[in-house]
Amino acid sequence: MNAKSDQTMMLRTPFHSRVATACELNDWGSWKGYTTPRAYTDVELEYFAIRNAAGVFDLSPMNKYRIAGPDAQAYLNRLVTRDVSKVRVGRVGYTVWCNDAGQVMDDGTIFHLGENDYRICAYARAVDWLHWSALGFDVEIVDESDEVAALAVQGPTSCAALLAMGLEGLEQLKPFGLTSFPFEGETLMVSRTGFTGDLGYELWIAAHKAEALWDRLFEAGKPYLIKPFGSDALELARIETGFLQAGVDFLPAESAVRSGRSRSPFELGLAWLVALDKPVFNGRKALLREQAEGSRYRFAILDVEGNKPAHNAFILKGGNKVGTVTSAAWCPTAKSNIAFAQIEMPHGAVGEQLVAEVYYQRELHWTRVLAPCTVIDAPVFNPPRRRATPPGPF
Amino acid sequence: MKKYDAIVIGAGHNGLTNAAYLAKSGLAVAVLERNPYIGGATVSRELYPGWTYSNCSYVCSLLRPELARDLELPRHGLQVVPYGGGVTFKQDGDYYGNYYDHNRQYREMARHSKRDANAYERYSTDVMKQTRLIRPYLLQRPPDPSSLKPRDLRDLLGFARSFTGLGEEGLADTLKFWTKSVGDYLDEYFETDVIKAHLGGTGVIGTALGVYSPGTAYVLLHHYMGDVDGNVGSWGFARGGMGAVAAALAKSLQAFGGDIICDADVDRIVVSHGKVKGVALKNGDEYSADIVVSNLDPKRTFLDVMDASDLPADVVRKAENFKIRGSSGKLNIALDGLPTFNGLDKRSSLMLGDMHFTDSLERLERAYDDWKDETWSKDPYVDMLIPTQTDPTMAPPGKHMMTVFVQYAPPKINGGEWTDADKAGFEKSVIDQIAAHSPDFRDLILHCETRTPREIEAEAGLTEGNIFQGELTFDQLLFNRPFPGYAQYRGPVRGMYMCGSGTHPGGGVMAAPGANAAREILMDLRRPDIVPGGYADD
Amino acid sequence: MTERHDVILVGAGHNGLVCAHYLAKAGRKVLILDSGDNPGGAAATHEFAPGYSVSSCAQWLYQLHPQVRRDLELEKHGLELAAKDIASVLLDAAGQHLTVLGADVRGDQISAGDIAAYRAFHERTGKYAKLLAKVFAARPPKLVESNFTDRLSLIRLGLGLKMLGRDDMRDLMRIVLINIYDLMEENFDSPQLKALLSLDSVQGSHMGPRTPNTVFGYLYRRVGEVFGYQGVAQVKGGMGALGEAMAAAVRAQGVDIRLGARVNSIDMIGDRAGGVTLASGEHFTAELVVSNADPLTTLAGLVGYRNMETGMARRISQIRCRGAAARLHLALDGLPNFTGLNGQQLGQRLLIAPDMNYIERAFNAVKYSEISKAPVMDISIPTVHDPQCAPSGKHVLSATVQFAPFEPAGGWEAHRAGFTERLLNLLAEYAPGIREQVVASELLTPADLQRDYGMTGGHWHHGELSLDQVMMMRPFPGATQYASGIDGLYLCGAGAHPGGGVMGLAGRNAAREILRRGAVA
Repeated sequence: MNAKSDQTMMLRTPFHSRVATACELNDWGSWKGYTTPRAYTDVELEYFAIRNAAGVFDLSPMNKYRIAGPDAQAYLNRLVTRDVSKVRVGRVGYTVWCNDAGQVMDDGTIFHLGENDYRICAYARAVDWLHWSALGFDVEIVDESDEVAALAVQGPTSCAALLAMGLEGLEQLKPFGLTSFPFEGETLMVSRTGFTGDLGYELWIAAHKAEALWDRLFEAGKPYLIKPFGSDALELARIETGFLQAGVDFLPAESAVRSGRSRSPFELGLAWLVALDKPVFNGRKALLREQAEGSRYRFAILDVEGNKPAHNAFILKGGNKVGTVTSAAWCPTAKSNIAFAQIEMPHGAVGEQLVAEVYYQRELHWTRVLAPCTVIDAPVFNPPRRRATPPGPF
Repeated sequence: MKKYDAIVIGAGHNGLTNAAYLAKSGLAVAVLERNPYIGGATVSRELYPGWTYSNCSYVCSLLRPELARDLELPRHGLQVVPYGGGVTFKQDGDYYGNYYDHNRQYREMARHSKRDANAYERYSTDVMKQTRLIRPYLLQRPPDPSSLKPRDLRDLLGFARSFTGLGEEGLADTLKFWTKSVGDYLDEYFETDVIKAHLGGTGVIGTALGVYSPGTAYVLLHHYMGDVDGNVGSWGFARGGMGAVAAALAKSLQAFGGDIICDADVDRIVVSHGKVKGVALKNGDEYSADIVVSNLDPKRTFLDVMDASDLPADVVRKAENFKIRGSSGKLNIALDGLPTFNGLDKRSSLMLGDMHFTDSLERLERAYDDWKDETWSKDPYVDMLIPTQTDPTMAPPGKHMMTVFVQYAPPKINGGEWTDADKAGFEKSVIDQIAAHSPDFRDLILHCETRTPREIEAEAGLTEGNIFQGELTFDQLLFNRPFPGYAQYRGPVRGMYMCGSGTHPGGGVMAAPGANAAREILMDLRRPDIVPGGYADD
Repeated sequence: MTERHDVILVGAGHNGLVCAHYLAKAGRKVLILDSGDNPGGAAATHEFAPGYSVSSCAQWLYQLHPQVRRDLELEKHGLELAAKDIASVLLDAAGQHLTVLGADVRGDQISAGDIAAYRAFHERTGKYAKLLAKVFAARPPKLVESNFTDRLSLIRLGLGLKMLGRDDMRDLMRIVLINIYDLMEENFDSPQLKALLSLDSVQGSHMGPRTPNTVFGYLYRRVGEVFGYQGVAQVKGGMGALGEAMAAAVRAQGVDIRLGARVNSIDMIGDRAGGVTLASGEHFTAELVVSNADPLTTLAGLVGYRNMETGMARRISQIRCRGAAARLHLALDGLPNFTGLNGQQLGQRLLIAPDMNYIERAFNAVKYSEISKAPVMDISIPTVHDPQCAPSGKHVLSATVQFAPFEPAGGWEAHRAGFTERLLNLLAEYAPGIREQVVASELLTPADLQRDYGMTGGHWHHGELSLDQVMMMRPFPGATQYASGIDGLYLCGAGAHPGGGVMGLAGRNAAREILRRGAVA
């Protein structure tokens, strides 16, 4: 076996040795070609670790791109819909980016590391688009996906656990703040960000220090009931708190073969991310047009009656199909049955009553339920501890 | 004199398909085949004891699943097995490999260029957009833009709608795609030579054009629009060789009561008072029929088996001007074992697929320059497969059979016919190229059948050995195939039809021309349409 | 305080001047800015050796639209033809030349069959050219987002096609996509005739006779005949005189032309083009900016990719604009002696391209950024008709040479002398003794043409005239009908529909579109 074919085999994250030991269920999935656990022990228990103590998620397969150079800010401002000049050094901003047609290509976070030095963290691979976007800008784009390992530490005891690990002063870090600590000769970057809607942090470290970080974290976190969690538990948490998942709740625009399958930020409920007052950015002309002429769809969070998750359900109004569900879950903490749906305009306004056509199975017996549902105005999980600075001890 | 309702000339896959539908509709049909065996270029033969060669067409993807299912080809013995892999060997000892799994494919590409690996995702989407546009028209006759008949107007409108549905820029992208060269197209996505060469070769396979000739992006599409079990773009082997396709079609035809008559070399189509009366064979036999369908290419049809005096002058001129160019040759090789390729593990899945040795578009283009100078490419582009790694039936256990499609080989060498010395030189250029990447290849060769356009023409009856029965350039596609005004399978004489790859949608063992022609014939006979259309939203 | 203009026009090329004329005539206040010292752009004359001057870029006049010529009253403003109805002569080293003018072909080696076949071919393709000329004279229709005007022009085009008759319509739809090589083989026997017509099809382009869609290139050239040119014409004083005449016409309309004013950038006010900045630092603002520069220069260079969205930037960066023609200028101390041609005959358009395969091989080289070993030449000896271009008794020879890459391996300086040498030897095969007559020489490569005339890639047409870059796909999808994709900025040069050649239609169509849209009050 030569080196060339090794490089094409299924990849392992820098934490793999630790993850594999912890993954008692041996329940693996593929995340962009990386071997990643769907669950370690039990989805339910992992989910409650996030909501009750601290959960740890290996997010190393995320795509990470370093954008640096004199034009870095101008470049990003043309690339994404948000006004990047408002993301100060040491801050993180959530944003989406669009193609010229104003259709969302991906969502992600921008880390403002230093003067004209940024990192973009994205779901979809974006090197090609980032390079095309660099025409006319003096920036350097480096794909750091393999070099930077990352862990999300999420939940009410996450701050306490990290403080116990020696990250002094972390309690002062505000939401979407960014700080760093020395770690065994490398720099450990910590951002107060996450995908669970709870108090939480993300840790970024050079790949060769990944295992050491894991060990130190779990050692220090033991008294704080720290636990690793897999993608299934994350799915529950992110739906409960209203986060969109690329590839699930929308199709990255440039991977849509059929016309009309992509969505604009307005259609995903992300108008707040669009700074139309910026002079030029990707999608601006199309979004101005859409603003004037109206959108095709509306993103809705639905509170569905009953306890059967409305997976893949059609949404009906007066018996006619007006939308489809993209994500659905029974949310254990909020005790709500939540679904994200794409609703055809003009339907889907907050407060509107709709019907979800839900199919579920018990002991091989399928049942169809026409579950009434209501469009609600905000996610059902949004605790004050998520924003408190300094956070409470637990 | 034997009497049939319909005679089909040529037992190629399209002739057999056409006859099968006519027989299914209840007509008395006979297929006349010049060779002692059927299949035309969809053929497998044992030319070396124990080895089966698919010595013309060699892989299967474009065969329309709607037809395979409708004619019950699986029940008649056809099994198409997909293959993965594929590799282009580089001159520097490295290679670029093709993997089935999307993420693994990404990583292999990223090994050469991360940007290209990412661009490939967009490329695949964009090519798929074009593919989806054309696929619904494979099992339809092309509309005639110069006609005012309601059916043509309706078809044209539908055609126009599917295009305008793309939006102004989307439509422009499509028009660009169809008029652009595959080289220019790939240059817009990729920076790495070997990746462009690996993807670009299919843009010239079977055509007398170079990778930088406008129109070749469409040829790429032509090779991409097939599928195996719904996996668009993937390719497979017919288990037992391509002859299995013809054999299954023949059984289907016979199950519907149709006849196949081999060693029946047609001399001419008999025409009287502007109507077809039947055919006369070279041996003097005659068959009478009111319908005669030609599976031959347009040149053979109109300049060979039809009499100029029976045809309008413009048809003769159009047939003369029809572009059908020899551009490829083939080597079929019996091997004593599996060859080793430099830098590649012997168990590598990459060897299961198409192997190439041309690692840049420039080398591909230079290979074409040789063709223009009327000589075989000194540094040829080959599409090489060892199907016996997938198909256990084609060689004795442990032994292998290799099929090497070679581009370019001109129909004439410096204005003259191919000589045996030319053929030997052509063969050597190919063997040398393979041996340069495989140290044990030469020693494993047990037998080699080399086919220049001369041999392909002589055996399969394809003019100049052109595998598509006519260039796939835009002036010869859709309503222009084979010629404007005759693109709906009807010939210029009443009762005469065309069903070969020289008609829409062209070559590649699709069987669509044969089926589409049958639909038109049945319509003219006012019989129910039993020919299936395409599956929706593939 | 800066002066306020309605329109700033970047580039005083012929299309820019034509566009300015129509805008000014409609009452708009126009300022033209050009970096050169003379108006006309590629319609230029320059003195390449003391006392010897030459049309340094475009050398023949054969497509200038008659309406433009009339509207600008060019004759009144000084345009004079030194000669017209100039035939094309395909040179034969032994003196057995082939001459073509309009529908007539003459030569020692041409058969009666070919003469008749050419006449028929000329008539048939003339009909197609006529249809094309109609298409050229209007903005290209959009196909999907079409409005009334677009639908009307589509209907006109459809009717025009139908009017050809069914057979010709089908024939046109077939041949417009194919290569000239096959069409020649279908129609003629004479290698000379085939070569001459194929050379016309690939003039100024990055294509060989075998390249599909070169028939379009041929029809493109034939549009000149529809505009009233039999063969080609020669402008007295060189093509620069045309530029001067146009400039005079435009000034007479009150247009301000500033030469030696290099535009450094087209400036954005918000997301709209609203002015320009010169290399000198001077600013000008206007309601509208119109650019006669090629699309890459205009959008990638002057506007800058950063002022547009990524998808558009990508499309622009992918415009194919690879010039492949060079210019050779020779100062001669006497009239050269071309075998088989007498004095007056030397004033014709002389072509070196013995057969189609020769042209194709010449093209092969440029695909790999190599220089043709045996190039093709389109030669003019302007001093036969216009002696003032050289000292008394002396002569100038100018030739368009194909194919020469934009940048050969090792750079042009390593090849310049060798290539000139190769060309002189080639000329000497047809004109023995010419080498000894050369007093001075100049070779302008595509890179030089880019530098001198601001044409990206040194491409005459401001972008390859291949079917994927014509009509509504010109210059690139998303920018058509003379809009640039940037609000407040229009294109009026050869990069827009219908393309290059000294035709004036891009400029006129652009002006009409700007006025029709009310883009400038």
